[in-house]
Amino acid sequence: MEALDIARWQFGIVTVYHFLMVPLTIGLGALVAILQTTWHRTGREEYLRATKFWGKLFLINFIMGVATGIVQEFQFGMAWSEYSRFVGDVFGAPLAMESLLAFFVESTFLGLWIFGWKRLPAKIHLACLWIAVCGSILSAYFILVANSWMQHPVGVRMVNGHPQMVDAWAVFTNNTALVAFFHTITGALAVAGGFLLGIAWYHLWRRRRDGIDTVDARGHVIVGESATIPGRDKRDHAVWIKSLRIGAVVAMIAFAGSAVSGDLSGKLMFEQQPMKMAAAEAACHDGTSFSVLSVGDLSSRDCSKVVAVMEIPGLLSFLAHNDFTTDIKGVNTLVPEYQAKYGKYLPDDPLYGTRAGQEINYVPVMPVTYWGFRMMIGFGGLAALAAAVALWITRKGTVPQAKWLMRLALFGILAPFGANAAGWIFTEMGRQPFVVAPNPSMSGVDQVFMFTAAAVSPGVSAGEMVFSLASLATVYAVLLVVEVVLLVKYIRGGTVSAMPELAHPGGPGGKDDGGTHPGGEGGGDVLAFAY
Amino acid sequence: MDFLPTLWFILIAVLWTGYLFLEGFDLGVGMLMKTFARDEKERRLLLNTVGPVWDGNEVWLITAGGATFAAFPFWYASLFSSLYIPLVFVLLALIFRAVAFEYRGKVHSDIWRRTWDWAIAVGSFVAAFGIGAMLALTTTGLPLNANGDRVGGPFAWFTWYAVLGGLALVGFCLLQAGAFLALKTDGAVRHRARRLVGRWLVPALLPMAAWAIAVALQNGKAFSWALIAAAVLAAAAAWLANRKDREGLSFLSLGAFLVLGSTAIFSATFPVVLPSTLNSAWNLTVTNASSSAYTLGLMTIVAAVGVPLVLAYQAWTYWIFRKRISITHLPDPHDFAPAVGPASATGKGVAAAGGA
Ligand code: HDD
Ligand code: HEM
Ligand code: HEM
Repeated sequence: MEALDIARWQFGIVTVYHFLMVPLTIGLGALVAILQTTWHRTGREEYLRATKFWGKLFLINFIMGVATGIVQEFQFGMAWSEYSRFVGDVFGAPLAMESLLAFFVESTFLGLWIFGWKRLPAKIHLACLWIAVCGSILSAYFILVANSWMQHPVGVRMVNGHPQMVDAWAVFTNNTALVAFFHTITGALAVAGGFLLGIAWYHLWRRRRDGIDTVDARGHVIVGESATIPGRDKRDHAVWIKSLRIGAVVAMIAFAGSAVSGDLSGKLMFEQQPMKMAAAEAACHDGTSFSVLSVGDLSSRDCSKVVAVMEIPGLLSFLAHNDFTTDIKGVNTLVPEYQAKYGKYLPDDPLYGTRAGQEINYVPVMPVTYWGFRMMIGFGGLAALAAAVALWITRKGTVPQAKWLMRLALFGILAPFGANAAGWIFTEMGRQPFVVAPNPSMSGVDQVFMFTAAAVSPGVSAGEMVFSLASLATVYAVLLVVEVVLLVKYIRGGTVSAMPELAHPGGPGGKDDGGTHPGGEGGGDVLAFAY
Repeated sequence: MDFLPTLWFILIAVLWTGYLFLEGFDLGVGMLMKTFARDEKERRLLLNTVGPVWDGNEVWLITAGGATFAAFPFWYASLFSSLYIPLVFVLLALIFRAVAFEYRGKVHSDIWRRTWDWAIAVGSFVAAFGIGAMLALTTTGLPLNANGDRVGGPFAWFTWYAVLGGLALVGFCLLQAGAFLALKTDGAVRHRARRLVGRWLVPALLPMAAWAIAVALQNGKAFSWALIAAAVLAAAAAWLANRKDREGLSFLSLGAFLVLGSTAIFSATFPVVLPSTLNSAWNLTVTNASSSAYTLGLMTIVAAVGVPLVLAYQAWTYWIFRKRISITHLPDPHDFAPAVGPASATGKGVAAAGGA
């Protein structure tokens, strides 16, 4: 393999990995802030317990997002130096703003929240969490501005072969970015909703299995209390049933939001990256039908072996234009158009290495775009459906005793993660062979685009890339296991894992832990210890 | 000389110096985890002195990198791609360190804690060494061709300057950590930390002084020499303050040594941001490596708002956590059993020591 291929694998792997942590951070952070606010408002202890429990899981995940984010920031320069030189004038700005305006806020105020439980007045302590959450959301905005500029370059002029920013407003209000931001935040909330739902289900199920909660003749829950298991009191039930309901409702709203924003995103894509959409549909010929199932050799470049098995006439037109009759261009029509506009062969430039002069393949890897698109929608939809069913099943206050249902609820946590990963893989691989996709609405020779083949660092050898890919992938794999093991431990521990005072009333640390009244600042001058 | 690129060169120097000033002591505290701290309580004490602030400090590094990308894309691209292998190690070190801080206390087992202690100690050392080497090389040069790409293979960056820069930062971090612990803790740790500063001040600061002198010799400006002389005075003041038990003053004097030293280094190399050791015509300078005036103008506005804001709320954080702590303050870690079976079926305990 050449350095380019390894660099692409590396970028894909570390970024998809980073994006396992990111949506959980964004979504769960917001939900924990809402829980803590509810605790302040109502003073009900179940919300304090929920805040501490979900907050603990949030932190275990957050740190992995931080650790893997630094790799993201450095790798543009390390592995994609030509890309960095080409786009730096526009692309670096949102990246720098992300650090200066978002990451500082996020990390500083989260530190205050973690260590400030009794050191800070309660209201300020809560405000710290909200500020940190806003920091996360802001960071998503800035990075998506950067990413969307690669999907749809705006606000620039070509000077000496490099795009120069001339209109910051256009860059920061890029319609692609605004829609992607909306879509990504709803996707993140879907992840958090499913997370709450699955874990709360598990705890309710354990309470039933351990004989703590029972149901009456009409199926309504009779909440019990365990004498032997610490923390398993009546309030504990409230923690889980409320978490479950919040999670389910959030998951459903989030999916509706993803559908709306995804639809907007699709309409922009038809206009901005027609080839990506055609590839998402494995649509070889012009037409109006949305493919429900296409089989055959999707990767055949001339489209000769793709057979559409099931189609919904008119739907594709609707996705693109809100009507049912406009023909959408297929791959076979688009390839000659792209060749006419952007060339048939890669330029004879040393930047392209051995690829210089090769014919350009404008069709992205179709099995990936086709199935990526469907997995995103499919997994997201499944999770939302499951959330609706879960709300119905638990309407009488607890979950059924069936073990397979509990397993399904836990397994379902993975679905929104899968939808997010699939969405990104589709977006990024559908952009190929461009790393900066041309913007068809900017005319003339000024078109701004860059082929991925020219983006990699010329000075870095394949051996170096193999070394970094192997070491990062190994470390990431190990750390994923560690994170999951820790999450499982703390999940099994229940609220006691985050509030030891429930198990050791009055014991060491009992009073050290934030008090149980929203107004209480706790005594003492020493900070709360987290490590 | 163009105004905006010069301003941004200064700002990036400020960001790097800010990073070293702040993260210097927490990298140093990390390195001391294995050698300086004598038992579990002391190790936890060390961790808690930097607990609320280390992540905010690390963002200075991310911002320095991001701002270099925005303001000097060619500098960012050439420097980071030339130092590919060492930066992979820096990244791995930072990953382990970050995760270790958060995960160490989360399981109640000796092997678990010992493993993460090593991750913190080695991670802090490698990160400090690698970043020091990178900064030294950006002032002394790399074998770059006309396009700004490294020639000569994956290890072409390896020179004595890289080692000197690495040692300079490791030494400074250790010393600054000693001054910080003397300032932030009470009891035995405080006394030992003060002794550490007194004994190791000269050898620990020597490599950084040597680096500054080397750069000044190459690029000779009277201004840089004056700064170096001032830095030496600051180091002497730190030593005296430490002797007189003025811990705050000794910490700040060491900070002044850093600020003066790094200003000496950056000002000596100006306007070159990354020299090519092959041909000085290929040097990257503030003019040929920078972004357009429009982008720099935009970033100037953002920095004018953002940097003071960051300084304000980070200062507030340090104020909130200003109290000294000592091992007597530390609550014991508690064990708990999984809440999902009868309590008798105690699984592996998990330690949870307060916080959220
Ligand atoms: C939509 C959201 C999103 C996307 C697409 C990305 N990130 Fe990210 N990133 C976040 C959302 C986020 C976050 C939610 O803000 C994180 C996760 C955990 C955290 O601390 O902040 C974060 C952490 C994080 C950090 C550590 C911050 C710290 O130390 O506090 C860095 C340096 C980056 N990211 C950089 C990047 C880069 C260069 C990306 C593009 C290739 C990228 N992220 C994709
Ligand atoms: C966090 C969510 C993201 C995911 C999951 C993701 C995923 C991917 C994947 C799978 C690739 C490889 C595509 C291929 O080589 O065929 C890729 C490439 C790339 N992406 Fe993204 N990406 C994400 C966000 C971003 C962002 C925010 C940026 C820029 C700010 C970005 C910039 C790039 C670049 C520069 C490449 C390398 C060139 C290439 O191979 O296309 N990505 N990404
Ligand atoms: C009916 C539902 C949905 C539709 C119509 C839809 C549509 C789209 C489209 C067209 C894109 C590509 C944007 C581009 O390349 O410019 C996209 C990207 C993406 N989708 Fe979806 N989507 C849906 C549901 C979901 C769900 C449920 C999730 C996650 C839970 C999700 C996560 C993502 C992500 C993370 C991206 C990449 C970021 C971006 O470009 O916005 N999507 N989606």
